[in-house]
Amino acid sequence: MSAQQQSLVSIAGLSREKIGYLLEMAGEFEKHPNRKILDGRVVATLFFEPSTRTRLSFETAAQRLGARVIGFTDPKVTSSAKGETLKDTIMMVSNYADVIVMRHYLEGAALYASEIAPVPIINAGDGANQHPTQTMLDLYSIYKTQGRLDNLNIHLVGDLKYGRTVHSLIMAMRHFNPTFHFIAPTELAMPEEYKDYCREHGIRYVEHEDFDADVIAGADILYMTRVQRERFTDLMEYERVKDVYILRKAMLCKAKANLRVLHPLPRVGEIAADVDESPHAYYFEQARNGLYAREAIICDVLGLTIDDVRHDATTL
Amino acid sequence: MKKEDILVAAIKNGTVIDHIPSAKLFEVVALLGLEHIRDSKIMVGYNLDSKKMGHKSLIKISDKFFTDEELNRLAIVAPNVSLSIIRDYELVEKKQVALPAEINGIVRCNNPKCITNNEPMQTRFSVCAPEHTHVRCHYCEKEQELSKVKLV
Repeated sequence: MSAQQQSLVSIAGLSREKIGYLLEMAGEFEKHPNRKILDGRVVATLFFEPSTRTRLSFETAAQRLGARVIGFTDPKVTSSAKGETLKDTIMMVSNYADVIVMRHYLEGAALYASEIAPVPIINAGDGANQHPTQTMLDLYSIYKTQGRLDNLNIHLVGDLKYGRTVHSLIMAMRHFNPTFHFIAPTELAMPEEYKDYCREHGIRYVEHEDFDADVIAGADILYMTRVQRERFTDLMEYERVKDVYILRKAMLCKAKANLRVLHPLPRVGEIAADVDESPHAYYFEQARNGLYAREAIICDVLGLTIDDVRHDATTL
Repeated sequence: MKKEDILVAAIKNGTVIDHIPSAKLFEVVALLGLEHIRDSKIMVGYNLDSKKMGHKSLIKISDKFFTDEELNRLAIVAPNVSLSIIRDYELVEKKQVALPAEINGIVRCNNPKCITNNEPMQTRFSVCAPEHTHVRCHYCEKEQELSKVKLV
């Protein structure tokens, strides 16, 4: 397989089988997260836009598998600040690293890099476009807490207009017959193009503006996102809705026992602190699942199979 | 033929592109690279009267025959042009342009945050079926109206 075929740029291209395979592999890494399976390999993390959380997760994943990590966390100190093209940066780093993890502020940057690089690319976010490893850890969290991905009720709450994670989640879940509930203020409602996508792929969805115990009652997954002030053109509207989309523990009184609350983090007040002690809260474990999902993805793009991982004798 | 009809001289051999919306004339010139042709006579009629369109433009290019691929590019800016192939003053073939499934290196992405607007590279679009009124950027995945995209 070519480096481009090995790359992970978008969640939309992954089949049901491939998603299942990567989740199974993540499960192997959860059993034994610390190994030397990538001993002698070099992983480059190129962050053209800062993202501490994502970078730490990737670098931890690489280091816990025995790889060494090179890269930059701030493009201001690199030659891209001097006007170097993305192509030149990618070609240069390809000489040193076996795989490139990249975050970029421009949309399509990772796809372009994957077309030119002789080593595989992992997209760690390209502008408002794609962030497939976040989606993989979301899927892993759903699978782990529900025991399945099929036939679930998934409630998406908050900023559904700009929220990249919720858009990718819809695309990834198309294989698994979900029912979505879109809970958002009018200004941040799910865009038409994603509702079209649902219709084209036979995905059921219901839209709500209210967010209360009754709406939550049927949910298996409650996926919270941040309602950001800067997204509103009408600040009166922001003041009106900002407290409507805050999850409080009391709102979980009618929730199903298996309900889990997810959030891509960082949260800024949209989940009240009293929810943290609820058995439904899962957002911190969700972040830890990012480690296992990223361990699986790094190994997969490097051509290691699930059998390699199962028969790996380097576990620590 | 009445005198006022013969605003643009007939050609012996070559290609006639008629019914170009006048506002699109210079884009058609650019798409076919007519400004780089040195060895053919080219006649351009701009703002001519048209029963069908009110105003139209037309181009006659002597001794020049384009490939279908070159001509189909015109569908991006002027999908309804009429093409005539002339040999020995006779019309030997009429053609319509058809939008290709992919448009590479011809139009610019409308998304300022798309990598193609920030890196020296070729653009790539697929034409959205079935209406063919929208194109989708291969890189940033944004769908955009074909009538609103600009040439590179």
